[in-house]
Amino acid sequence: MADTVVGANPEHAAGEDPNRRDFIHIAAGVAAVGAVAGLAWPFIDQMNPAGDTLALASVEFDLTKVEAGQSVTIKWRGKPLFIRHRTGAEIASAIKDDHAALRDPQTDEVRHKPGKAEWLILVGTCTHLGCVPTFGGGDYGGWFCPCHGSHYDTSGRIRKGPAPKNLAVPDYAFLSDTKVKVG
Amino acid sequence: MSGHSTYEPKSGVEKWLDTRLPIVRLAYDSLVDFPTPKNLNYWYTFGGILALCLGIQIVTGIVLAMHYVPHVDMAFNSVERIMRDVNYGWLVRYMHANGASMFFIAVYVHMFRGLYYGSYKAPREVLWILGCVIYLLMMATAFMGYVLPWGQMSFHGAVVITNLFGALPIVGQSITTWLWGGFAVDDPTLNRFFSLHYLLPFMIAGVVILHIWALHVVGNNNPTGVSVQSKEDTVPFHPYYTVKDGFAISVFLLMFAAFVFFNPNALGDAVNYVPANPLVTPAHIVPEWYFLPFYAILRAVPDKLMGVLMMFGAIAMLFILPWLDTSKVRSMRYRPTAKLYFFIFVLACLVLGFCGGKLPDAHVIPGLTTFQLLDADLNSMVWLSRFAAAYYFSYFLIILPVLGLTEVPLAQPLSISAPVLSHPAKAPVGAAASPEKRG
Repeated sequence: MADTVVGANPEHAAGEDPNRRDFIHIAAGVAAVGAVAGLAWPFIDQMNPAGDTLALASVEFDLTKVEAGQSVTIKWRGKPLFIRHRTGAEIASAIKDDHAALRDPQTDEVRHKPGKAEWLILVGTCTHLGCVPTFGGGDYGGWFCPCHGSHYDTSGRIRKGPAPKNLAVPDYAFLSDTKVKVG
Repeated sequence: MSGHSTYEPKSGVEKWLDTRLPIVRLAYDSLVDFPTPKNLNYWYTFGGILALCLGIQIVTGIVLAMHYVPHVDMAFNSVERIMRDVNYGWLVRYMHANGASMFFIAVYVHMFRGLYYGSYKAPREVLWILGCVIYLLMMATAFMGYVLPWGQMSFHGAVVITNLFGALPIVGQSITTWLWGGFAVDDPTLNRFFSLHYLLPFMIAGVVILHIWALHVVGNNNPTGVSVQSKEDTVPFHPYYTVKDGFAISVFLLMFAAFVFFNPNALGDAVNYVPANPLVTPAHIVPEWYFLPFYAILRAVPDKLMGVLMMFGAIAMLFILPWLDTSKVRSMRYRPTAKLYFFIFVLACLVLGFCGGKLPDAHVIPGLTTFQLLDADLNSMVWLSRFAAAYYFSYFLIILPVLGLTEVPLAQPLSISAPVLSHPAKAPVGAAASPEKRG
């Protein structure tokens, strides 16, 4: 009804095409909703990590401080980070279980850097509800989470308990044989 | 408000104001002349008690905010400074901390009263749902408030609860990062929790106003569940219920004061007096007592996502309850079968609360270790909470819908006044009352 004179026929019968006044209503409504949504986003996104929080997101660590059989916990992005110097026996037991019934199947090979099997670097938060598992505990000699009883093996893989995933492997790189950069 | 207003402005000033802003009329109609069923018992005084609890939390909270510092390095010390150095800081903080527990005691009594007397049934569905909204806001407020002292339990409680949202598929991780404002619970999280903890009580106050408004449209339920039929069934709110509520509030405040002055840490966890350490989780994480039943449901389910859904589902049951209960009879006084199931439901809630405070693998009966059935240790807290959680959901989803259709309720009185007026003891002097037959 493009030829309708404005004001001549404000009420059009049901089923007819929208007239120009309807178009103005719809356009104004869409613009208002769009404006509110656009304005809402900054107020939602302000709660996401700020620039300085993101900037502090990597750490370097000197591996000579960790003896074989030890594990060190450092803070990275506000979370604990496990740096474990595994013994030969611990590596062997992790490889032996590569094809056991795993909830989150992964071989030990993919959980450390090539040729650095003795260094296991993991995010130290239980994948269940985020508690910090204790070193050396549990039925598999890896970690045991005190909150709800998840057992991890010497590769940090979930073996028993409510956690759904293996302990996460962060992005990291060896800067030299004795220095690692995480994040 | 419903009904005809009987307020008559007396002085010239009142008349002048009444034609411009009838606020005195609103107060008069709501708190003085409001017709209230004359048979309300003491279970009905908890609404007034709850209003007082909200007031106490807001006043003490505003004072605490004058001294508290929401920063990870200073929060714990600022709370200790309130306890040791701020004049009467110990009193205000103990009132606020115990006040939260008192608030939940009162709200649970208030809710169970509503469940027993059928206060959620037509025409009070909206009134009931507004109450459920208040309860949800209370839980969010209490959780965020508990994080503020930044003790070990504050920190790791916040970690566990915010990680619940991480169980959601696809968006879970983005939501937790958004809630944290970082990659873990840290300073941004503490700051926003403080901001929201200050905001939410005022939102609660807003919903309370809607709750009271809805109450005054449909009027109070009462222990018989029978609707008010005539003026004979009611008394004015003042002085009858102002006095009754006032007495109940006095008794409640005695209990409150007993906690504040004689055992202020009885309801808290000692571990929260250890400053937060993100690298070490306490051996036994428990929420405050008022969350224990839901925590038990969470732990009863072996799957992470299902556990979270069941926990939130337990609260969702309350929201849809008006449409789950098929019985037309409101009060369980006249539903003997439903009454039995109701008391088992109360017991199931208490059992869940008990289990939530224990380690999941702990034995229910100490010393008995051989109660094994198909690889399941039925003598463990986790199995006890599974049975109780199963009953909790069955009560809402099976028992109440089916029972309303199958049970034969007792005869209800014709009106609130009828059973009182027809009682032999109330018969006029000289009538054949057969006093020898009464105990």
